[in-house]
Amino acid sequence: MAIDKIYDDIPGTVVFDSDQAIKGYHLNQFCISLRLAPNREAFKADPQNYIDQFPMTPEQREAALNQEWNLLLELGGNIYYTSKLAAFHGINFQNLAGLMTGMGSDYRDMMIAGGRNIDGNRYQSEWDEK
Amino acid sequence: MAYISSGVACSHVPALGVASDTGIANDDYYGPIFKGFEFSKQWIENEKPDVIFLVYNDHCTAFDARIIPTFALGCASEYVPADEGWGPRPVPVVQGHRELSAHIAQSLILDSFDITIMNEMEVDHGLTVPLTMMFGQPDEWPCPVVPLAVNVVQYPAPLGSRCYALGKAIRTAIESYPDNLKVCVFGTGGMSHQLQHKRAGLINSEWDDRFMNLLVNEPEKGASIDHIEYLREAGSEGIELVMWHVMRGALNEQVEEVHRFYHVPASNTAVGHLILENK
Ligand SMILES: [Fe+2]
Repeated sequence: MAIDKIYDDIPGTVVFDSDQAIKGYHLNQFCISLRLAPNREAFKADPQNYIDQFPMTPEQREAALNQEWNLLLELGGNIYYTSKLAAFHGINFQNLAGLMTGMGSDYRDMMIAGGRNIDGNRYQSEWDEK
Repeated sequence: MAYISSGVACSHVPALGVASDTGIANDDYYGPIFKGFEFSKQWIENEKPDVIFLVYNDHCTAFDARIIPTFALGCASEYVPADEGWGPRPVPVVQGHRELSAHIAQSLILDSFDITIMNEMEVDHGLTVPLTMMFGQPDEWPCPVVPLAVNVVQYPAPLGSRCYALGKAIRTAIESYPDNLKVCVFGTGGMSHQLQHKRAGLINSEWDDRFMNLLVNEPEKGASIDHIEYLREAGSEGIELVMWHVMRGALNEQVEEVHRFYHVPASNTAVGHLILENK
């Protein structure tokens, strides 16, 4: 029996479940390899060659090289992994959130003002109405 | 015999470690957070636990996608702070307590908790940030630590009710250890936060407040919160809060809340902190 994805109606959220984890395995292993300095240097020296050590899909490969942060999550990436790729590019967690939300530097101001309110952000239907 | 005297709940936001390590813990942004832990530093200096049992999650540092144990108990003599991509945190190596760890491992498995045993393990901010918040910047951490790493990165994390039951089994294990050790249990992570995709930045302070009240006063009800509620109401990364139930399960039914602190934001996260004493 397939797993019931009762979380699919949460807007703007990709739950890193078993299916996503299987899909994103090599992508995530590529990202986490950048935790270590020698790997970061190798990736910097020859991005194409370095990334080809990880047998991910062409779509994942393109998304990684083009820094498409939301697409990476949709293709099986997990934020704790993709954030290592972001860090490689000098992007910290908060700036990464600014990119994923499309808010840029307004994101930090939203957080200081108390964060994204839960009201209107529980169900996809609430986003569709907007 | 060993016994559990108290519990500490504490967020483990990496930015707090960075703030402490780079000397900006007193600035306008971080100052109010560290101020909220001044009481805690004094409290733990008086409490003087012999051992800390610390429940945390690894953020693909010791465990990347290759190996994902749901519960992994540290049984090493020491735990070295890991390089998470910016060099290891400049904090002391964490000393373990192998004999106590070994005893707990055996007791838990015979109590139907089939944990993974880690005889070597690097530790990341999930473990070291709570130590920083509670002890500041000592040359050495004042007591050994027994770490328990819980998977909360790949869904599903263990159920809250299971974490709570594990806390009870940890208590049974500790209370059957022959040496007279005073143990403080830490539950870390949370509170509401979402780091990913378009809903990143979600904070739900009302829900966090309710969660803390349930945890303190109606722990079984708190432990029965469904995964979907964490994901929807507390954000996709808010599910880290299941780890607080392990701590709570290890304490008495009735506890005294001696300290509570809550602050928004630290980076992307609501910081929550409780100190509970066994009555
Ligand atoms: Fe965490």
